[in-house]
Amino acid sequence: MSDAQSRIADIVGKNDVVLFMKGTVLFPQCGFSSRAIAILDRLGAKYETVDVLQDPEVRQGIKEFSDWPTIPQLYVKGEFVGGSDIMMEMFESGELQQLVGAEA
Amino acid sequence: MPMAASEIERLIKASIPDAEVTIRDLAGDGDHYAARVVSGSFAGLNRIKQHQAVYAALGGRVGGELHALQLETAVPNTETTSE
Repeated sequence: MSDAQSRIADIVGKNDVVLFMKGTVLFPQCGFSSRAIAILDRLGAKYETVDVLQDPEVRQGIKEFSDWPTIPQLYVKGEFVGGSDIMMEMFESGELQQLVGAEA
Repeated sequence: MPMAASEIERLIKASIPDAEVTIRDLAGDGDHYAARVVSGSFAGLNRIKQHQAVYAALGGRVGGELHALQLETAVPNTETTSE
């Protein structure tokens, strides 16, 4: 496992809810990342974020980690959940709320 | 680099022949699209695998050449099909 892959595995393993995104919570640098943050905030979920723009190795590595070509990517309890489209679908169906264990 | 909607549809159908593909150009710039792909081949696959099948059909263009592809996938729903 490369250094980036093991670092990503470590982050995903140590954080119950973690979003790999472009930019920060306060300043998302892409509409899709912004949408992902809006969904998590709406759920009242506790989450960590990783700004891939700060780390080229993670930016590339996260795409290989889950064989997923785009960012943002959400991980819950060590499992890849999806990108912002899947997050939106799961938010609308109520599944995401259950998954992150947030209160309404 | 902009990509025509017809090209996106062609690539998806080349790899998922039964796919019903609906594409909207979100920004009118040939670079931000929304696609809905309905295919019987998605049956039994979770959402991640369904999206990965579409990404694979587009051969690595998503996230590169094609910056933004908002994606929705579904299995044909026989209950709501009219006719």
